[in-house]
Amino acid sequence: MKPFSTLTSRLIPLVRDDIDTDQIIPARYLTVTDRSGLAEGLFSAWREDPASPLNAQGCAEVLLAGANFGCGSSREHAPWALIAGGYRCVIARSFADIFQGNALRNGLLPVALTAPDHEALVTELESNPALEVHVDLSGRRVTWGDREASFEVDDFARECLLDGVDSLGYLLAREEQIRAYEERLGAS
Amino acid sequence: MPKTLFDKVWDAHVVHEQAGRPTVLYIDLHLIHEVTSPQAFAGLEERGIPVRRPERTMATMDHSTPTKKGGLEVVAPAGRAQLEMLARRCEEHGIEIHDLDSRHNGIVHVVAPELGRTHPGATVVCGDSHTSTHGAFGALAFGIGTSEVEHVLATQCLLQNRPKPFEVRFDGALAPGVSAKDLVLALIAEIGVGGGTGHVLEYTGEAVRGLSMEGRMTLCNMSIEAGARAGMVAPDEKTFAYLAGRPGVPEDFAGAVERWRGLRTDEGATYAKRVTLDASKIAPRITWGTTPAMGVAIDEPIPAPDSDTSRRALDYMQLESGKPLLGHPVNVVFIGSCTNGRLEDLRSAANVLDGRQVADGVRALVVPGSRAVKRAAEAEGLHHIFERAGAEWREPGCSMCLAMNGDQLEPGQLAVSTSNRNFEGRQGPKGRTLLVSPATAAASAVGGAVSDARTFGSRA
Repeated sequence: MKPFSTLTSRLIPLVRDDIDTDQIIPARYLTVTDRSGLAEGLFSAWREDPASPLNAQGCAEVLLAGANFGCGSSREHAPWALIAGGYRCVIARSFADIFQGNALRNGLLPVALTAPDHEALVTELESNPALEVHVDLSGRRVTWGDREASFEVDDFARECLLDGVDSLGYLLAREEQIRAYEERLGAS
Repeated sequence: MPKTLFDKVWDAHVVHEQAGRPTVLYIDLHLIHEVTSPQAFAGLEERGIPVRRPERTMATMDHSTPTKKGGLEVVAPAGRAQLEMLARRCEEHGIEIHDLDSRHNGIVHVVAPELGRTHPGATVVCGDSHTSTHGAFGALAFGIGTSEVEHVLATQCLLQNRPKPFEVRFDGALAPGVSAKDLVLALIAEIGVGGGTGHVLEYTGEAVRGLSMEGRMTLCNMSIEAGARAGMVAPDEKTFAYLAGRPGVPEDFAGAVERWRGLRTDEGATYAKRVTLDASKIAPRITWGTTPAMGVAIDEPIPAPDSDTSRRALDYMQLESGKPLLGHPVNVVFIGSCTNGRLEDLRSAANVLDGRQVADGVRALVVPGSRAVKRAAEAEGLHHIFERAGAEWREPGCSMCLAMNGDQLEPGQLAVSTSNRNFEGRQGPKGRTLLVSPATAAASAVGGAVSDARTFGSRA
């Protein structure tokens, strides 16, 4: 996993609520046995509209969405596809649970802003489409123009992201506790 | 301290807790299928790690499997590679697999309960969001991503932050013609698609007690559509009667039942959230939009849009607000899925279709959730009812619920479907989906338009 510390980028606005994983990556792209070919499927239906901001991504690495981003299926292909499509961060009002975990485990940073911060960012971006945000994971801050917003991220996920390590190492290191639990289980 | 059902199951599975770290939670049963496991096995192979507990792992093939006869021969090459890879890895790692030749093949969430593998008080995970289905038995069951599939294969554990318990109470008894599907669609409309985020729902109340195990599975299945991590129902005599005699239950079944009786929320335990619905006032439901929360009672008009999201949804669905959906022409009727592909669901549909005909120009598919469901339905002659009515009686699988096996809508087609998601293009690019119960789906097949099964009467 690629480490994540800070990021400065333009934003692609997709400010809708309840963007589901079937929009992010439709099921017909899930027949892969590795992580290839997913960029092609990313938002494939919505990208059919030539006017979609998704088609003007350029080198932008941040997607700006509404509430409950990533609802629906548990497919980890959703963050894989976003990453394959060049995104490293999604800023939204809120995230669906499974998507949020999947994103964090792959180095895609989900940033949930409060309603006033989110609204301010959406408004600012409308008046200035070239707006850049600066995302600072270590300080849990997003800044744009003269505004600063803080966001929450689980401590452990943050450490893993900053170091670029996955969490399986932590679980594997709990072997002794796992074995003790299994012994209790066998005894009961 | 009094505990909720969720707290009891969670606490019993804590392997390790450390400040600033998620809980290490033990997983009793890990279900896998072809779509979300290949990259997890590849990860294990790269690290040279074995599967820790193959006997706690069970595989089925369901998502991309054909519902036409012919087995692997009729699967598209990409899907076939996934299926063959799953079979090979299960063989290498000694994992029980129900492939296309197995008597027990079918949708993972239908098969595990049928085999008695889903136990009260257990933790059950699968790389599939509808794993919440298994909560019907009082298990803590939730969907996970592929990285987590790898974690469980490697360690039989997951790192999890503790969700909060949320009581969903359905008071009163169901009105005639109303099913578990209608209850859960009413709930999601009430609390929204993000209403359960961060929570585990516990379904309580008279209407939930009154549901069969199959109905409870339908209810828990769609907990994820309210954004919840899981849904649970405390086990009772119905649960134990369902499990008795199934192959996967504990050897000391009586002893297990005694332990399972303690799996209920204690008097005085607190939930982080609660909502109460009067089940007796719930009518058959139908969705009009592109999330499961966008729904109404079947005879209610589609509400006026109150947000960009609902305007976009109406536009996509090509529907008008202010009018009820009753009488709206339909192209396809899909009866099946892990939500409504069990025997009780097929009986409910057959009850409506018996002696009637699917309307001209309507394609109706009936896809049993598993081979066991198919055998049981055929033993009762339900397949004759479906076939005489002009519906297609198919092989089991996920089929048109997520349309990755070739069973799909044509662009623009409108489906009345017993599945769980009406997202844009879910059942095929530019396809449109109305979510309903099996009875409403069957009635709509006969009517050729959205129809209320309550007006049909029963011929049974």
